[in-house]
Amino acid sequence: MRNYLATGLVALSALAAVCGPAGASTLDTVKKNGVVTCAVNGSRPGFSAVDSKGEWHGIDVDTCRALAAAVFGDASKVKFLKTNNQTRLTALQTGEVDVTVANTTWTRARDTDLGLDFVSPTFYDGQGLMVPKALGVKNAQELDGASVCVRPGSTSERVVADIQKKFGIKLKLVVIDDQKEINTAFFGGRCDVAVQSTSGLSSTRAAVAPNPDDYVILPQIFGKDPMGPVVRQDDPQWRDIVQWTVFTLFQAEESGVTSKNVDEMKADSKDATVRRLLGVDDSGGKGLGLDPAWAYNVIKQVGNYGEVFDRNVGKDSPLKLERGINAQYTDGGLIYAPPL
Amino acid sequence: MTTAPRSFAYSGTAATRTPPEVPRGVRAFLHRHLFNSPLGGVATFVLGAVIAIVLWRVLQWSVVDAVWYSPGDGSACRDAAGACWAVIAEKYRVILFGAYPYQQQWRGALVVALWLGWGAISATRLLSVTLRLAGWAVVFVASILLLGGGFLGLEAVGTDVWGGLPLTFIIFGGTVAGGLPLAVLLALGRRSQLPVVRFICVATIEGVRGIPLLALLFFAALILPLFLPPQLTVDKLIRAEVGMIVFFASYAAEVIRGGLQAIPEGQDEAAKALGLGYWLRTRKIILPQALAIVVPALFNDIIRAFKNTTFFSILGLFDVLGATKAALQDPQWVRYGTEGYLFVFLLYFLICSAMSAYGSSIERDNQRRARKAAR
Repeated sequence: MRNYLATGLVALSALAAVCGPAGASTLDTVKKNGVVTCAVNGSRPGFSAVDSKGEWHGIDVDTCRALAAAVFGDASKVKFLKTNNQTRLTALQTGEVDVTVANTTWTRARDTDLGLDFVSPTFYDGQGLMVPKALGVKNAQELDGASVCVRPGSTSERVVADIQKKFGIKLKLVVIDDQKEINTAFFGGRCDVAVQSTSGLSSTRAAVAPNPDDYVILPQIFGKDPMGPVVRQDDPQWRDIVQWTVFTLFQAEESGVTSKNVDEMKADSKDATVRRLLGVDDSGGKGLGLDPAWAYNVIKQVGNYGEVFDRNVGKDSPLKLERGINAQYTDGGLIYAPPL
Repeated sequence: MTTAPRSFAYSGTAATRTPPEVPRGVRAFLHRHLFNSPLGGVATFVLGAVIAIVLWRVLQWSVVDAVWYSPGDGSACRDAAGACWAVIAEKYRVILFGAYPYQQQWRGALVVALWLGWGAISATRLLSVTLRLAGWAVVFVASILLLGGGFLGLEAVGTDVWGGLPLTFIIFGGTVAGGLPLAVLLALGRRSQLPVVRFICVATIEGVRGIPLLALLFFAALILPLFLPPQLTVDKLIRAEVGMIVFFASYAAEVIRGGLQAIPEGQDEAAKALGLGYWLRTRKIILPQALAIVVPALFNDIIRAFKNTTFFSILGLFDVLGATKAALQDPQWVRYGTEGYLFVFLLYFLICSAMSAYGSSIERDNQRRARKAAR
């Protein structure tokens, strides 16, 4: 019910956004405000969450920080707005925020219907199913009649619908709005199946399950979950800034530039790509309307994609996710930046 | 010639009787209340045993087997059989103050102290009502200035990072302070003889009561700016606060209208006969009586307004509950959600029961005053 309401409101705001007055460019607004305003989820550790001191951490948070470093040369000039699945895109449409980096899956409907644009994903995921081992289920086809915990308005909800159609099985939906409540419900036995991104599933299993060995993640991966920053469609310059900030993170890792060695690299690298990346030759800052040292600032203050990944979700974090498809293309992953 | 109506009442003086003797003491109490019949005795034993077992279990979980301290990664709690209160020790700053800058959180603590302190002083009722209200106004304004900063060397902090208990208090205070006068006006307007005024009041009350608070806040916070000219930028917190005030006023107006209708026509007519004008009549004769009648119902709305502050999480602000939810997603502490929610429950329970107790004491005062007036 609340979901329909939210959908209606999103549609209404989309309409209003289309009819609304075309304001100043986003870059000007951001500069006038003195901060990049960023919608994040706020309840997804590893992506965006506050620690015990109220400070923000996560891949999404670092993407916003990188953006602030690119625009202001100062990664701390960023303001976070905690949003949920119903408000994260509305806040962007209404101009409340400049960019949304809130685990939003890039879908055709979201990209084409809402007046929004998705830039290159910063995290690739897919949906998986987790069941108690005791159920003895080996694949999704055997789940006929099982109950499934899903979040309203999420990609998981659609995946469940697809699975039912694809395998001709019937699942019972238990709709719960909060991931924490879903975990409680699933591990408390209220539903047989948990659907979530595989990254979410493995971290849930590691952190929440009473005994992680009692649960299996089925081998099938459903759907694709490319998640990355979202911007409004009406400002190509701002879109380019966000896009190339993300590519800078990617390229820095590929070229072996880290926050630690960036100064040496800038001083004496002979590599043409590195020289262009760090603005020794041409940084592309002019075309974007940014300072020539913008990419240097991003890498110096935030790090490269590998550093961001490792400290937030990878080996240096409690989540301990593998790089998997989020490795550089040179290592068989999907992280790929166009040539500079 | 008159005939006295036939009466069923006994005429003449009634015989005097001593009051019935009530047995006192522990034995009598046990006999009368707990073991007054075999079945009653069995019920007492069974229920008593159940209560004792439950209490023992709760005590065991929450005190005996509980872990009170743990290093930052929650490792000490992993093998604990009981509650992990270390999660509160680790997360209380986020729960109480949200994403407010860590170094500046003493300002939030001061705000909470101001509210609780003045609440306690007000509850003693040593000061006059005017003084108490003036004090609340000072506390309210001081809280906003203290949280906002930007003067006397206090770092300016935007409303977008306000959070936790101080934010809850400010939203709540604003809702009641703005909502009660508006509610009175709406209630009076609904009974007005002027059709336009009446129509506006009825439309407001019925319209607002017809939509969920969540939708109202969503509209005020996210959709409204699209319809306003760009140069008119009102802080999101204020927009949502206005939504809260209107919502509160619409419900409270109907409660107050109930009080107005309970006042006999004769009161108004008598005041008219004395030559008092509408506002004087309303202010001096009608409202004091009407408000005294509706105190219990009004406190119902006030307590609900306190709990409704949790809806502010839709604006992206960390209210106490939202901050708790977010804090408990931390993978190292995510198992101890029960403890976190219990803490918030206790917080809300204490504050709401204090308000409720204050409401009933006002009620008792009113009754005492009414009895005194009747004598």
